[in-house]
Amino acid sequence: MTVDEARVLGALSHVRDPELDEPITELGFVSDLEIEREAVNIRLRLPTYFCAPNFAYLMVADAREAILSVPGVRWANVILDDHYASDEINGGVNGRQGFDGAFPGEAEGPDLEELRSIFQRKSFVSRQEKLCRALLANGRTPAELLRMRVGDLPPTDEAETYLKRRAELGGDVSPGAPLIVDPDGRRVPEEAIVQHLRFAKTVRVSIEGNAGLCRGLLDVRYGGTRGAGQKEEEATL
Amino acid sequence: MYEKDGEKYFVVDGHVHFWNASPENRNKYGEGFINCFYDYHKNLSPEEWVWPKEKYDKYSEEDMMHDLFETGYVDVAIFQPTYLTEFFPHGFNTTEQNAVLKEKYPDKFILNGSFDPREGVQGLEQFEELVDKYDLKGVKLYTAEWKGDSKGWKLTDPSATKYLEKCVELGVKNIHVHKGPTIWPLNRDAFDVADVDEAASEFPDLNFIVEHVGLPRLDDFCWIGTQEPNVYGGLAVAMPFIHTRRHYFATIIGELLYWLGEDRLLFSSDYAIWSPKWLVEEFVDLQMPESAEFEDFSELTPEIKRKILGLNAAKLYDIEVPEELQVEHAGTGPAVTEKPAADLAT
Repeated sequence: MTVDEARVLGALSHVRDPELDEPITELGFVSDLEIEREAVNIRLRLPTYFCAPNFAYLMVADAREAILSVPGVRWANVILDDHYASDEINGGVNGRQGFDGAFPGEAEGPDLEELRSIFQRKSFVSRQEKLCRALLANGRTPAELLRMRVGDLPPTDEAETYLKRRAELGGDVSPGAPLIVDPDGRRVPEEAIVQHLRFAKTVRVSIEGNAGLCRGLLDVRYGGTRGAGQKEEEATL
Repeated sequence: MYEKDGEKYFVVDGHVHFWNASPENRNKYGEGFINCFYDYHKNLSPEEWVWPKEKYDKYSEEDMMHDLFETGYVDVAIFQPTYLTEFFPHGFNTTEQNAVLKEKYPDKFILNGSFDPREGVQGLEQFEELVDKYDLKGVKLYTAEWKGDSKGWKLTDPSATKYLEKCVELGVKNIHVHKGPTIWPLNRDAFDVADVDEAASEFPDLNFIVEHVGLPRLDDFCWIGTQEPNVYGGLAVAMPFIHTRRHYFATIIGELLYWLGEDRLLFSSDYAIWSPKWLVEEFVDLQMPESAEFEDFSELTPEIKRKILGLNAAKLYDIEVPEELQVEHAGTGPAVTEKPAADLAT
């Protein structure tokens, strides 16, 4: 059986750039995808030669995991191109050495999970702000948002993404859970809600701005060529 | 000096380079580095300001003097050295290289130095000599600088503390910090500015100017800016968004004014990545857009622009500003706010 390309792209669309909080497919980072029966080879590209190696490693490792989760795939090979640490990262991920093994002596402590967690928290805060902004624009007040429960949410894209990010952090997403909590799942007191959302806005502005810059740099670096699984409108954002 | 609609602006360019990235002075990492700079330049410059790559690798003294002082409205420019000797054998943009122009045009430039805490006691002595030789009032630190097996350092490293103590002793009061993509340990967030927060608390007599306003960690930078009165934001790399992404630029400036206030932001072109002429012109023309996203931002008055374009930096470096270009009263910026519930530290 030959592996289905659409399913591979579907799996890759769940791999995010941890800093930019967007799928690597939409960002145009997947430059090539090749399927030979049960083996999948992909190539990744990044906006700069010096993109932070730890985030690059996470994306390469996550992409490999995602491909292997597709039914029928027995081998996955993910190659990062044009990066100063391509050799270390490609060897580390495909040889399953871990980040410590790829960069011996340069890492300390619990591999990359702490780094990932910091950015999952930022992503959660940013998505919560985006959702609340939409709700406030529809006439809700901050105090009303505090009284809302997950089950009260209208079914929108913002709501869906927010709940996904919340679940990633291990948060309670059952219908009866309060809508607004901090990244540790604690409720936000009424007197703190305005300031809570104000800082959350800064987090969102920062993430969205970085994503815009990185798209521009990738575009300049690769002459505007579209990535695998990237729609035209995503390439020109 | 720039003048428009009856308003005059004294301009200090807080971050300029006179670099040499020519093929004879670079290895493969140096090539990757200058290509990356060139992509920034191409991506965010107006089309007519995009240079050929050969010129970008190594431009002349005449180019620099013309772009900054003849057409770029700059009154004084601050050299921020970046050594990068692991990438560029003779250095990318060293204090010594910059000193040649400083000696030729003493009133046009302020010369900053640098140190690398990994050079230990010997480096400390050399740093002192450098400060004496050029009468330095500031340093530019690049924490992602590679050195042997090391891919970077933090301001809170004990060795760095010794150098900051030396800065206090020698009167080097302006510490410009530039974060890059690597650090030790490599599995942490290299762009994290938490070490600046700690150092700023420990050294209240030093000014910490975070270059690129902490980008890509604008949120973390804004947060430490509310905590530490001696933390400033250098607008290099943020400025050029004003052309291609004006709405986003207005948002960044709005955030910075909200959290830090108008007295702690410094205009910079990051020449030769970008040139000051169009940045100054577009900044003076900028108004906050009228939409819900901007409702919690203050109006961008000529007074605020005057401070950002030059008066704030003039204060840090004791630059003499002609009487008619001063602002009558200095603002104080917002008070320190209570800690937001969305605290991201784990």
